[in-house]
Amino acid sequence: MSAGTLQADTPLTTEAETRVAVATQRQLIWWRFRKHKLAVVSAVIVLAFYLISAFADTIAYSAPFDTQAARSYIPPQPIHWFDANGHFRPQVYAMKGKRDLRTFKLSYAADPSDARDLTLFARGYPYRLFGLFPTDIHLFGVTNGNATDALFLFGTDQLGRDVFSRLVLATRTSLTIGLVSVALSLVLGVLLGGISGLYGGLVDTVIQRVIEILRSIPTIPLWMGLAAAIPTSWSPEQVYFAITIIISLIGWTELARVVRGRFLALREEDFIIAAELAGASRLRIIFKHMVPSFLSHIIAATSLALPAMIISETTLSFLGLGLRPPAISWGVMLQDAQNLETLGLAPWLLIAAVPVIIVILAFNFLGDGLRDAADPYG
Amino acid sequence: MLRYLIRRLGLAVITVWAITVVTFIILQLPPGDFVDAYVAQASAMGTAISAAEAAALRHAYGLDQSLWVQYVKWLNLILHGQFGTSFEYSRPVTEVIGDRLWLTMVLSFAAIIVTWVLALPIGIYSAVRQYSIGDYIFTFIGFFGLAVPSFLLALIVMYFGLRWFSLNLGGLFSSDYQLAPWSWGKLVDLLKHLPVPMLILALPGIAQLVRIMRANLLDELRRPYVVTARARGLAERRVILKYPVRAALNPFASTIGYLLPYTVSGSIIISVVLSLPTVGPLLLHSLISQDMLLGSTIILLLGVLTVVGTLLSDLLLMWIDPRIRAGQLR
Repeated sequence: MSAGTLQADTPLTTEAETRVAVATQRQLIWWRFRKHKLAVVSAVIVLAFYLISAFADTIAYSAPFDTQAARSYIPPQPIHWFDANGHFRPQVYAMKGKRDLRTFKLSYAADPSDARDLTLFARGYPYRLFGLFPTDIHLFGVTNGNATDALFLFGTDQLGRDVFSRLVLATRTSLTIGLVSVALSLVLGVLLGGISGLYGGLVDTVIQRVIEILRSIPTIPLWMGLAAAIPTSWSPEQVYFAITIIISLIGWTELARVVRGRFLALREEDFIIAAELAGASRLRIIFKHMVPSFLSHIIAATSLALPAMIISETTLSFLGLGLRPPAISWGVMLQDAQNLETLGLAPWLLIAAVPVIIVILAFNFLGDGLRDAADPYG
Repeated sequence: MLRYLIRRLGLAVITVWAITVVTFIILQLPPGDFVDAYVAQASAMGTAISAAEAAALRHAYGLDQSLWVQYVKWLNLILHGQFGTSFEYSRPVTEVIGDRLWLTMVLSFAAIIVTWVLALPIGIYSAVRQYSIGDYIFTFIGFFGLAVPSFLLALIVMYFGLRWFSLNLGGLFSSDYQLAPWSWGKLVDLLKHLPVPMLILALPGIAQLVRIMRANLLDELRRPYVVTARARGLAERRVILKYPVRAALNPFASTIGYLLPYTVSGSIIISVVLSLPTVGPLLLHSLISQDMLLGSTIILLLGVLTVVGTLLSDLLLMWIDPRIRAGQLR
């Protein structure tokens, strides 16, 4: 009986221990990842941003290319959540422009007598959802009148285009460009890093020297040179792919380094040597034994590489060497805010910096969490 | 040790050669050449240039020969210290670049010195006082520094400088000194303008180094020899500075090699935003107008100076870490 009470003292730990002992690698990684609160929050933020880019046209309420000189540089418009009677009734006041006859500067004032009600699922400009289904329903709009002429949540730019709608569509471009570039550099990095780590010897030396050379050259002049080579006659789609290729051509080195390091470390592991001794073929060892054990590391390295790719695109577009209008990306939008005169006149154009910072921070924390979770046995 | 030195030198030479090839290829990539751009510009201004004139121009600049010949010619000139004539400015490339290259390097090195001077004590502080309020503040600033692209930081700083202090933070000289020859006054003026771009440029590097330093030092502080040193009654300051910091410095020094290219890269973009008289704006402009010799010279000189800097950092690493001196590592 005394033995029984002794055991009863520690049932929790033994239960937890057995739970850990029988857990699959995937479960262990998930438990470890969940402990990193900041990484979990970041994962939610990243997911939200990708949701926004999937439904970008729905969330935007103004056509992104609808220019109108009479709407130039309208400041951001506050939402009034309650009407004069104190009832919940979200509305915005119409912006009335007035030109100063001495300076010819257009200034805007909200007109409380002309209030427009906000509504969900309003009709607006036509678009194709996911590029497939033609529709004109937007997440929100105004009840009376056209949202394009009434709603300016983040203000307008010089050409009178709505900054909020453009920002939502820019999110799509900037996030997918990061994803495509990271996929391309992943292919390059895994291939070259794998070859380097697997074969060693001369091949390894050559690839390592190439990486070293690439890393010791200042990359931005290199990008600028490559990006400047893109012909101006190319369509936005062609420019988009050229930019992804340029970014990934330079960004693969870090991924290759991680893959090579894992290969070298794994080559010495007992279970790999055991598989070799058991007569498993090289391909079987790689795909059956090595890839599953470093897959998590690669995922972590990828999510750490993504923010760098997004920064690259934003920087290039900002300099005027990356995506060019009519394409909309965060960098293209920030290019409008490049000089001091514009910033003094329309500081709200800097709002495009906010999603850049949030997304890059979120990816960094997410990558940190994934990296810690990638090796749950430590 | 000699073998290691020779190896490093050899690699540096190969890297420089690779830089010449890559920059040359890059600047050949755009369709059309300077003469095309010149003809288009002239016709936009209303003067037509005949095909014969264009061909004569091409011949004069050697653009009608094969790429290979152009490359060898270019390389030969460079080895003799002649970088050719800028098509657009019709002046020697070195004259167009002028002080700008040195200002780029002054800015980059100033930023790197600031990076070290700040990152080292902050890293030590964050590790020794782990989870203190100061540690959290520095960690937050560090993540911010890593997350904000440098051009954005420059833009934001410039905006708030204008808004709150009505200051134009752009440029490296005030208008009185912009075109003046070098003098003490101009130097003082430069030193007054340097801190803002220098700090903006240094922030990402500081953020990275603080994280590395903190992680390394935390690893070292848990080692038994630290306990031994404490047990023998060494002063806390000595316990930390004499051994663990020195051991933690090793990977710190090895990142210098990547810090320099990174900082030089950053200086290009910051210079464009803050309109600093470095090679940044000039490079951007030369690439857009396809002024090949000017653009390639800038990329080449930046690359070579960076390689030299990396080499120096490796020598520093050798001096810090006896294991490399003994030829055990690498």
